[in-house]
Amino acid sequence: MAQVVERPERYVGGGVPRKEDPELITGQAKYIDDINVQGMLWMAFVRSPFAHARINGVDAARANDMPGVVAVYSGADLADDWAGGLPCAWPIAGRSFPEPTTEDPRMPNHWPVAKDKACFAGDPVAVVVADSRAHAKDAAELVDVDYEPLDAVVDPERALDEGAPQIHEDLDSNEAYVWSMNNGDVDKVFSEAALVVKERYRHPRLIPNAMEPRGVLVVPAPAQEEYVLYSATQVPHILRTTLAMSLGIPESKLRVIAPDVGGGFGSKLNVYSEEAVGLALARKLNAPVKWIEERSENYLATIHGRGVIQDMEVAATEEGKILGVRVKLLADMGAYLQLVTPGIPILGAFLYHGVYDVQAYSFTCQSVFTNLTPTDAYRGAGRPEATYAIERIVDALARRVGRDPVEIRRMNFIAPFDQPREVASGLQFDSGNYGASLDKALDMVGYDLLRKDQAERRQRGDAKQLGIGLSTYIEMCGLAPSQVLAALKYGAGGWDAATIRCLPTGKVTVVTGTSPHGQGHVTSWSQIAADALGVPIEDVEVLHGDTAISPLGMDTYGSRSLSVGGIALHFAAEKIRDKVKKIAAHELEVSEEDLEWTDGKFQVRGAPDKAKTVADAAFSAWTAHSLPEGMEPGLEATFVFDPPNFTFPSGAHICAVEVDTETGLVDIVKYVAVDDCGNQINPVIVAGQVHGGIAQGIAEALYEEAVFDENGTLTTSHMGYYRVPSAAELPSFDIDSTVTPSSTNPMGVKGIGEAGTIAAPPAVVNAVIDALQPLGVNHIDMPVTPERVFSTIAEAKGGRQ
Amino acid sequence: MNGARLEAEVEPRQLLVYFLRDNLNLTGTTVGCDTTSCGACTILVDGKSVKSCTMLAVQADGTEVTTIEGMAKDGELHPLQRAFHDNHALQCGYCTPGMIMAAAGLIQRGGDMSEDDIRLGLEGNLCRCTGYHNIVKAIQQAAGEMKSSATV
Repeated sequence: MAQVVERPERYVGGGVPRKEDPELITGQAKYIDDINVQGMLWMAFVRSPFAHARINGVDAARANDMPGVVAVYSGADLADDWAGGLPCAWPIAGRSFPEPTTEDPRMPNHWPVAKDKACFAGDPVAVVVADSRAHAKDAAELVDVDYEPLDAVVDPERALDEGAPQIHEDLDSNEAYVWSMNNGDVDKVFSEAALVVKERYRHPRLIPNAMEPRGVLVVPAPAQEEYVLYSATQVPHILRTTLAMSLGIPESKLRVIAPDVGGGFGSKLNVYSEEAVGLALARKLNAPVKWIEERSENYLATIHGRGVIQDMEVAATEEGKILGVRVKLLADMGAYLQLVTPGIPILGAFLYHGVYDVQAYSFTCQSVFTNLTPTDAYRGAGRPEATYAIERIVDALARRVGRDPVEIRRMNFIAPFDQPREVASGLQFDSGNYGASLDKALDMVGYDLLRKDQAERRQRGDAKQLGIGLSTYIEMCGLAPSQVLAALKYGAGGWDAATIRCLPTGKVTVVTGTSPHGQGHVTSWSQIAADALGVPIEDVEVLHGDTAISPLGMDTYGSRSLSVGGIALHFAAEKIRDKVKKIAAHELEVSEEDLEWTDGKFQVRGAPDKAKTVADAAFSAWTAHSLPEGMEPGLEATFVFDPPNFTFPSGAHICAVEVDTETGLVDIVKYVAVDDCGNQINPVIVAGQVHGGIAQGIAEALYEEAVFDENGTLTTSHMGYYRVPSAAELPSFDIDSTVTPSSTNPMGVKGIGEAGTIAAPPAVVNAVIDALQPLGVNHIDMPVTPERVFSTIAEAKGGRQ
Repeated sequence: MNGARLEAEVEPRQLLVYFLRDNLNLTGTTVGCDTTSCGACTILVDGKSVKSCTMLAVQADGTEVTTIEGMAKDGELHPLQRAFHDNHALQCGYCTPGMIMAAAGLIQRGGDMSEDDIRLGLEGNLCRCTGYHNIVKAIQQAAGEMKSSATV
């Protein structure tokens, strides 16, 4: 029988040290490149150096003669290996919301290896298979491709010009879609408002830079026509379903395993060429094949994020009360539609009014193809863009009406609420108390003292000016109610699953459909299960990331894991407890009503010595010697949770910067964050997510940008040129939280994975603009490099002279 | 090699990191870039932190090499490993071995271990998950422990 182990009253809410760590700190983790099998072949891809080029021929003669080479395939050679192209699961059609869809989605063919044309620098045009990594790479350099370079579309603003190069010949223009929505009488509100503020914001293209590059290993079992595909992916379940379709392999014959995965940030939320080719070649050659991405290759071949231009407007009263929000986006899809490329701007479409109470709302997005690396989800995906636009323009409005940024926000906040509330974009926010987070953040940052310091520096005319930037953000997480996804034309559901298996020895196996890659689900899920079942946390094992072990799941992205997958676990535990209660009542010979769940067991009211634990019931359910009439043996439950609504985490970030007006250097002197993700399962993990998110947000604001030359060649082509900040560039963060439980789910949780990345950019940029107020600077684009600050100051001075 | 004597023949062009990973199966040392920018492959060579993607295996002839696998002694975690765990200084873990080895080199070098010193000292090691906040805390904790145990 199970032993009795001491356990604390409650794990949830405590900073339980991570169960994931021991293997990671000792070098025993198994990432994709740590997995090797006998007889494994290596793939190396030949990639187009041109952003746009016709492929007139591929000559593999020299490559084939190289040592160790097994085969070389061009796109034409592999044409018959595909049942379909690479998938786009979110085809957005032209639409004037809420009118019905007006056109079919415009979906260009996307073959895993380009056949006739390369559409971006990095597009695979051939693949070499050899007996070692080095042999494959050496031979790839000797594949002779006859390219006919074509003019390239590099600037999204030029994509629809008359005479612009046509990227996809199966489409009639470079437009992907125009999608709009309108709530309230927007034109009337704008024409009658006392004032309208209009600004244009640019979001640079960003390179996600998960520290582990991508990789894939496919191991075939030829006799059974089965395949095991290992991939550094966030989405093993989606990968299995979509690759089965693209390759025409029965889904039941394909097992996908996400081993330890070294970060994703959206960049591994995709179905990539190399995964499809790996599977195709394992089938063709009846041998295991592996590919590991190099970093410079990653910069070309893994999706980029952002790449959006926004024309943002607010209509307001003379006092600064916002009446309406109208925004038009131009979104750069890049060369192809990857898994959810078209949907990214739509993830932000409902959030451009932020946490402010407005009457009228209009959003339009025009999306275009360019000859650049495809864009897709990067941490925040659509929501950093929305937050940046509204938080920047609220500050601009404050300047216009002569009010403090704090005052203008307080004046416009949606009042606190704890039940679903419809907002201007048509969404139902779950709960919120925006003033509370702001008040706490102001207190932590010492707002009044900072303003005093700022005033003194301004008066003295210091070279180093102080700026304070606010960001009171909202995001939309918990992707997603399946019916809403259907309305948005997403090609899958938004549910997730959990299974709890109580073993006869009292140990518990939890299987989750989420696929963590750094977020600590093993620890958090253990906390939830241990509390719900009254077992020590050490007795809970959490399994994930293998479609054979966890067949049901929708994986990890969009801060959805806890608020969907975690809730599935909560309900699975309820099912287990229901069964335990029946077994306990039967064995204790009392009615179920006489039992209460106390201290991790069902005990008879008034007779605490008569009790049954989950472990007791698990053993009884296993022996099945004396179960209630008609009960199935075994103690196992699965729950699939489809959320009734999204969740809406929010918070207030305040950044104080010192800007050297002589050199343009920006130094963050203080960064305070108060986030509200509802109830927290593990506050230490929550804090870690916030820290990392802020760092990525600061990186976007100050350092990072994927830069292309006029031919579409990536000039920030490796880590030496693209500036991922190190510890030396970043400050420590002062963080805290408020707790406004979500009304969407019984645990009251909201999600925290993307908050920092969403909140930070406007806080930082607003701070820089605030610092430069005495110089008359009201606008600067990201990344706010010293050079850009310097030239902006020079322009402002020139303008004033 | 991690305290034991090792003799091996290597290809002239083989980088040290691939010798460790492919020949010795010491896969704790990871590869994150191809330009010596990320520091994921940091190890100790004669007590100094070195990016093992920047050194040929043959250059390690006659040196004392320590990787993450050689940090724990007799089943006891190294103070840095413990401190990383205690302070939630890792998430996906991919940069962690390199980060721990870089920190070991930094501590070994001596000198002050203020927050600024640590941040500057880690300039060559990138992490995309943690924002470095807890990494800095962990290194401060470990440096303090190692200093006090050294003076005992």
